[in-house]
Amino acid sequence: MRVLVIEDDRETAQFLVRALKESGHPADTAADGETGLAMARDSAYDVLVVDRMLPKRDGLSIIETLRAEANRTPALILSALGSVDDRVKGLRAGGDDYLTKPYAFSELLARVEALGRRAEPETQTTRYAVGDLVLDRLSHKVTRGGEVVPLQAREFRLLEYLMRHAGQVVTRTMLLEHVWDYHFDPQTNVIDVHVSRLRSKIDKGFPRPLLHTVRGAGYVVRDGDA
Amino acid sequence: MLRSRIRVIVQRLMSPPVLSALGALAVLAPTAAILATIVGWQVDRILSERTLDALRSDLKSFHAELYRGGPAGLAAAVAARSAERGRGSYRLDLPGSGGAIGNLGEPYEQVGGSGQVFEIRAASDGRTRTVAGIAVPVPGGGRLLVVHDMDDQVEFLRYLRAVIFGGVAALTALALALGWYFTRRFARRVAGMTETSRSIMAGDLSLRIPRDRSGDDLDRLASGLNAMLTRIEDLMQALREVSDNIAHDLKTPLTRLRNRAEAALRDTAPAAHRDGLEKTIEEADGLIQTFNALLLIARLEAGAVDATRTKCDLAGLVSDVAELYQPVADDAGLMLDMAPAAPLPAAVNRQLVGQAVANLIDNAIKYSAGTPNSAAGPIVVSVLALPSGGAAITVADRGPGIPSDDRDRATKRFVRLEQSRSRPGTGLGLSLVAAVARLHGGGIALEDNAPGLRITLTLNAPEKIGSSVPANESIG
Repeated sequence: MRVLVIEDDRETAQFLVRALKESGHPADTAADGETGLAMARDSAYDVLVVDRMLPKRDGLSIIETLRAEANRTPALILSALGSVDDRVKGLRAGGDDYLTKPYAFSELLARVEALGRRAEPETQTTRYAVGDLVLDRLSHKVTRGGEVVPLQAREFRLLEYLMRHAGQVVTRTMLLEHVWDYHFDPQTNVIDVHVSRLRSKIDKGFPRPLLHTVRGAGYVVRDGDA
Repeated sequence: MLRSRIRVIVQRLMSPPVLSALGALAVLAPTAAILATIVGWQVDRILSERTLDALRSDLKSFHAELYRGGPAGLAAAVAARSAERGRGSYRLDLPGSGGAIGNLGEPYEQVGGSGQVFEIRAASDGRTRTVAGIAVPVPGGGRLLVVHDMDDQVEFLRYLRAVIFGGVAALTALALALGWYFTRRFARRVAGMTETSRSIMAGDLSLRIPRDRSGDDLDRLASGLNAMLTRIEDLMQALREVSDNIAHDLKTPLTRLRNRAEAALRDTAPAAHRDGLEKTIEEADGLIQTFNALLLIARLEAGAVDATRTKCDLAGLVSDVAELYQPVADDAGLMLDMAPAAPLPAAVNRQLVGQAVANLIDNAIKYSAGTPNSAAGPIVVSVLALPSGGAAITVADRGPGIPSDDRDRATKRFVRLEQSRSRPGTGLGLSLVAAVARLHGGGIALEDNAPGLRITLTLNAPEKIGSSVPANESIG
């Protein structure tokens, strides 16, 4: 997917562009708000990565302007302001996700990929399947190789999120935000413990593991090796 | 130099107490003059009336004598009356009687006045006296002069006026003196405040503005400023402590981070290289975590977080967090129980309260794991509605607890009691909980769970949506 990085710090922008390209996503940069807005308008990007504080025009205003022009390109806001209220403001302005500086690139990549996926027409899927693992959203049933896997409500939602993003790396923070709706730092590796429980229920006793850990990044549900 | 002195004097004269004294003078002086005039006039009129009444009654009785005994009888009466002390003076001139009869015998001369009140000067001593008198012709020739002394009355009136004007003058002088005194006192106290504030600005935050404990406006101002100074000093102290602790607690991991990066650079084997870099990132993540926690606490304590409260079920919020930690407790071989609680609608900042509860449970698990007491019972999380309208969230563990002497220190930033130094963590968990509690108008209390530790987080009036947190710091 094509990414536009609107970031005034040259070094950060170059690092992001290089890293995104290495991950298979061609990326351009804009160094100020006006240029960024013009580029976002003129070219078809799949995802915008917008720094909140920019010269000439701030990040939130870029997104607001685009949304007012019915431009729905998904936008990830980068900001040094990390409180819950700042996040709410960012999302209210039309941002689709919010990442606080300093961030890990793996976190940014995972979110950019999730946003790019969201831009694709999302059919009202009621059933996710990865390998022989099937999750039915209507009946709240999970089966592996035809066998029913009993899951608790939270475990079901955890698996549902992972399977919706099958093939994509999902970070611990993304899980905490989307499955638990917490935007804070839980200190201990609580998410790891939950994921390993889930893994013991869906992968244990099966020759091919489906829920993989991506070191330094997060987790991915995928049929095949990580 | 001179001009500045003049300016100081003018300033002092223009000060409120002196101005009010001058104002009083401007009102009092004409009032006193009018008062003195009216009182003097009235008194003069009454006293004059009485004197003239006495004159008339004298004349009446002399008239009766004349009628009864003729001129000779009158002469006898005048002589008799003249002999009495304390009455008027009389003089009867009768033709052919060979001289005046009466005690106004000596020659006198009228020197002023007309009508019935006039001034006479006696030839003998040259003294001028003010008198009221009537001269009437006696039938058959002759003249009767009746005179009553009015010196006392004049003296009294003069005295009365002097008293009134003197009193007003004395009052004015007193007002001016008091005004001057209070102005100087006021100026001196303000100068003291200015002096103190300069010293404080120069860096000595321990100074306080002198107070006289009178409870007047200036004293209350001083008290308020002192309370503010204490708060500033506390904040500065906290800031200093934080920077010291940051220096200590961030420099250690930063050094570790640097060492790991260096080691990774030296390692030529690709696998070791990669491993070193991954550890470097882990270390950096830990640093970011500490830094974020620090920043959040600082912003909470500075009131810089616009704590949007939303209505939610506090019991549900707490049990969600407990559920999040359930597997962690299981893995640590601990039981984590959520005491049954009815839904408790409350307006709180869900994220902040969630994080606070998470920190409490996280601590309880971290410090109870593997301790001998941990088998004694589960970690119990409970939510209780308070009669005051607030709520109390309690996390009670069976871990080693905290000695009572150390409990206050435990909520301070970066304080990690000696026994916990070896465990992972930023040392910021409890101070964050305390900051969240304060933001919600509550607090935290550490108690002995015998054995173990029980921490209660209170949130104030959580049912009031969107209400700002009251500033309940008293001035004293």
